[in-house]
Amino acid sequence: MNKTSRNIFLGLVIFILISPLVIVSGVSLNAKKRLFFPPEGLSLRWYVELLSERDWLIPVQNSLTVAVSSSLIALSIALPLAYFLWRYRVFYARVLFTLGISPFILPPVITALGFLSFWATVGLYGNILATIISHSIFFVTLPLVTISLGFESIDHEIVEAAETMGANSRMVFRSVVFPMVRPYMISGYAFAFVLSLNEYIVAYMVAGFTVETLPIKIFNSLRYGYTPVMAAVTVVFVLMAAVVFGLIGWFGDLPKLLGALNPDEK
Amino acid sequence: MTAEKPRGIRAHLPLFYPALMLAIFFILPFGIMVAISFSQRQPGGFYIPVFDIGNYKNLYTALFARVLGFSLFIAGLSAALCVLIGFPFTYFIACMKRRAQVAWLVFLMSVLSLSEVIIGFTWSLLLSRTAGLSNLLVFFGLMEQPVSWSPGFAALLLGICYLAFPYTVLVLYPPLSRLDPALPEAARTLGSSPIRTFFTVVVGSLRNAIVTAFVLVFVFTLGAYLLPQILGRPQHWTLSVLITDQAIYQSNLPLSAAMAIFFMMVSLMLVVLLMIIGKAKRIETI
Repeated sequence: MNKTSRNIFLGLVIFILISPLVIVSGVSLNAKKRLFFPPEGLSLRWYVELLSERDWLIPVQNSLTVAVSSSLIALSIALPLAYFLWRYRVFYARVLFTLGISPFILPPVITALGFLSFWATVGLYGNILATIISHSIFFVTLPLVTISLGFESIDHEIVEAAETMGANSRMVFRSVVFPMVRPYMISGYAFAFVLSLNEYIVAYMVAGFTVETLPIKIFNSLRYGYTPVMAAVTVVFVLMAAVVFGLIGWFGDLPKLLGALNPDEK
Repeated sequence: MTAEKPRGIRAHLPLFYPALMLAIFFILPFGIMVAISFSQRQPGGFYIPVFDIGNYKNLYTALFARVLGFSLFIAGLSAALCVLIGFPFTYFIACMKRRAQVAWLVFLMSVLSLSEVIIGFTWSLLLSRTAGLSNLLVFFGLMEQPVSWSPGFAALLLGICYLAFPYTVLVLYPPLSRLDPALPEAARTLGSSPIRTFFTVVVGSLRNAIVTAFVLVFVFTLGAYLLPQILGRPQHWTLSVLITDQAIYQSNLPLSAAMAIFFMMVSLMLVVLLMIIGKAKRIETI
């Protein structure tokens, strides 16, 4: 394959990947309440509406509440588990790890229906707590994988050095291990956060329309006719994801982070 | 630190909370779902817990078989397309300089994190009559008048491939970036053409990774739930749609639970089967 055909191929793929985004950004700038491309007249009114209309503001709040807190819970589950697995390679910790990554391997509708059965039985169906906890379990895979990766990257000699100098295991964790794992925690949190913002089926199955998140709101408005606000939300989401992953790419080691997302493959 | 065995409750302390959370909020829901799939449905959305395999018997209908068949078919087709395009694409990225790699990965991750709703919405827009690609073709004089290409099978296939493509690249990235560059170089020095090198050396040594990627992407696309509703017609609805429909709109939780468990069995069986095929092939070549 020579350079020209390679570039044509790459160009075609990037064209297909980027063209929906171009059209959507164009449509979000329409001055009238119609979806036209190229836009007829330019205005930012749909972005203003997203942040001022109650109809859209509540889903924005719901989505942010769910994403911020569920990724935090996911992180709190993943950190001790990954730590334990790094210190002691015992089979029951391996089993828990497999359990933690299985929501990502099964078709999501199955996990979502499990959550629905559970919350309906417990009587919390439609409560925002149900959405938060379901998302934290559903996305625990991401911090679990990134943090495990972080622990594996720690040089054992550094830990041994700290121990020979007389540090107990708590001190070693606080002053040596934790700072080295911190960047991996941040990226695990960021992955879970962005995916939680965009998740539909679990959020829908455990709360119906009572806890309306942004994806649910978009799908509902899709049924009752299109509005350019939907395009504005899309643009905001894409930019947010690009900023988050851009920061990870800038400060962290993105190729390494992704290079080992599948620890089984060598 | 690795050979050490944890002793006593103190050492196990970090494990308590994750184990508890996963047991209560992941294993228990699955258990309840299995229990519900064996219970009897009462009018009005309630169900009584008895041991009844009636729900599983009720699965055996022409509709269910057709929907299951279609779900597997479109997932398999889109996974094959994604791997076919994604493999050379990922190879090119993995060969790039680090800076360019990071830029591409950030872009792919951003597309990957897009919600199915958003992908469905953007593609329905792109294939629509008022704002779509056909306007562009009319503008260049290639078409008489703008047309609508959505909903339909092609639109759905396109949407699912768009959804799964970044995922495919990220699954293929680790094995391809770990491929020793000395291998293709050696083949080139020995006089093999670039295309020949790609197919014999790169594809040949990563056959296993390709099978794994296909399986993962296949399962990933099986989960498509909103795209069939936005970009497809009712005959293109997948099992995910049918399960949700039974659970929410028909209030038949027992039947939908039975469907979900059957669906899980089928997808797990296919995964195992494909893995076995992949392993067998590798032994043959050695």
